[in-house]
Amino acid sequence: MTAFIIRRLLLGLVVLVLVTLLIFFAMRLLPGDPLLIYMAQKSQRLQDMPPQVIEQLRHEYGLDKPLPVQYAKWLSGVFRGDLGDSFFYRLSVVKLMRERFPVTAYLGILALIVTIIVGITSGMLAAVRRGKWVDNVVTPLTYIGVTIPVFWLGILMIYVFGLKLNLLPIAGFTSPFVDFGLSTKQLIMPVICESIFGVASNARQMRSSMLEVIRQDYIRTAWAKGLRERIVIFRHAFKNSLIPVITLIGMGVSFIFGGSVLVETVFAIPGIGRLLVSSIFNHDYLVVQGITLIIAIAVLLINLLVDLSYGWLDPRIRYG
Amino acid sequence: MAQDNASITGFLEAPQRLGEWHRFRRVFFSRKIVLFGMIILIALVLTAIFANWLAPFDPYKPDMSSSLQQPNKTHLLGTDLFGRDTLSRLIYGSRTALAVGFISVGIASMIGISLGVLAGYFGGIINIIIMRAIDTLMPFPMIVLALLVAGLLGGGIHNVIVALSIATIPPYTRVTHGLALSIKENDYILAQRSMGSSHLRIMIRHVLPNAFPPIIVLITMMLGSLILAEAGLSFLGIGIEPPGAAWGAMVNDGYKYLQDNPVLSFAPGLAIMLVVFAFNMVGDGLRDALDPRLRGLL
Repeated sequence: MTAFIIRRLLLGLVVLVLVTLLIFFAMRLLPGDPLLIYMAQKSQRLQDMPPQVIEQLRHEYGLDKPLPVQYAKWLSGVFRGDLGDSFFYRLSVVKLMRERFPVTAYLGILALIVTIIVGITSGMLAAVRRGKWVDNVVTPLTYIGVTIPVFWLGILMIYVFGLKLNLLPIAGFTSPFVDFGLSTKQLIMPVICESIFGVASNARQMRSSMLEVIRQDYIRTAWAKGLRERIVIFRHAFKNSLIPVITLIGMGVSFIFGGSVLVETVFAIPGIGRLLVSSIFNHDYLVVQGITLIIAIAVLLINLLVDLSYGWLDPRIRYG
Repeated sequence: MAQDNASITGFLEAPQRLGEWHRFRRVFFSRKIVLFGMIILIALVLTAIFANWLAPFDPYKPDMSSSLQQPNKTHLLGTDLFGRDTLSRLIYGSRTALAVGFISVGIASMIGISLGVLAGYFGGIINIIIMRAIDTLMPFPMIVLALLVAGLLGGGIHNVIVALSIATIPPYTRVTHGLALSIKENDYILAQRSMGSSHLRIMIRHVLPNAFPPIIVLITMMLGSLILAEAGLSFLGIGIEPPGAAWGAMVNDGYKYLQDNPVLSFAPGLAIMLVVFAFNMVGDGLRDALDPRLRGLL
């Protein structure tokens, strides 16, 4: 087990280094000079800019050095917790992220909790009450959940709950420590948007794997022994149906980060998703590098946890 | 005698193949919802092909005199800020969705499948290089990766296609890699080798056809998620350039007039959803008909 964890961590590290290489070089090889774009946005009179000034700025940001040197500098900074400075905001990337990452993480964790609880419960209910009304409600909803564009769902909800019924604020984010009530109200719709795909796919997966499990002989034995439904379902069937669902949850984290790009744009939430979109438009390389790196690390870590949890769910799984 | 044998096996094989096809059709069309998805897809393809005839107005020509009209008899779904007919733009948008979907799937599946077969079939160092490269793409959410590539290439429909193709290579490679690993262990592969077939021939003639059913299901499913991702990108402002029509961008344009003219946003979103739903249903049907063991995996 320890050997497996170490090997997985090492492999994760290799992938992480490859990820940094990919992020760094892809961004440098693509067209567009970040400094010129920045200048164009700031002064809009690029022609008037003396070339010396541009050269000096280029030197200041280390953009005149060869690419491998820039990469080495950036990577050694990453290990020291320094992701460089944003050209656009003239702030350190770490500082920018420190404000915005908690927002995305808070939203994301809430979405993940909703995904797990609602997804698994509804899928389980649909399987246990197959063909009954629960199933007839849950199953069509899961089909809608995996096909609906999240940004459109957001707009739909803004129209109904925000503009027509005036129940919920249509956009913005407030820290839960400042005003918990308002914060929660503002988060209801974004959390639904971010979790809908995960809820639906988990419910679908849970339903089909639960149906698979309750057909097994040992479940029939459990029924035959006269055990109560609660015991049969939770003790015998539940844990055994979880494995495919756990795999999906690992992927769900990736979906949530992906969704945050759209959801934060729709609801004007100041998180890293929205920052990523604007930084891509601004060609703000170091910010984009920093955010994608953080997302990649988070997804890799969660998937490591997922791999480790298989052993707990099914002791027959050995890490060879 | 040899002649006889050939005709006998030929005779024995024929009805079995027919049986396969019958079984496929029976299972595929057994669910009404799959049929429904199929009908939507056919309608969509026809809409895209005959957009010129179907669209009541020019989808690109601005007409400021009829700006932001509510749905009425002439403009069934109203008009946008520039007075362009929403229904016409919706019809033309089907071309964008389908073109991006099919071309990206074509590119990504060709590259992804080739890499997967190579990695699984040869193993060793080739396997390590290919699969680590794919692992490197995995931690990025598809939309983030696509956004990164498309944003940096500078928007435009071609770049969106490139971006989505790169972002969707990993699933094909992983699925094909797994299949190739198990297929190459079969005796018929060994037999081919001993008869002197080249590796290339074995990969194309024997490994690929045996990996075909799961791959075709994956491709259908990916078409749905690609159209969803394309819509997401064009919603964020990356993709087809104005005045071109893309459903995601139409949702975003309409967002500004949500209070007074919600149809502008609602209609294109519904179109996206219907199409993605149709692709998923057809994918489901194909999966059940081709390879029921894949239930829950794809």
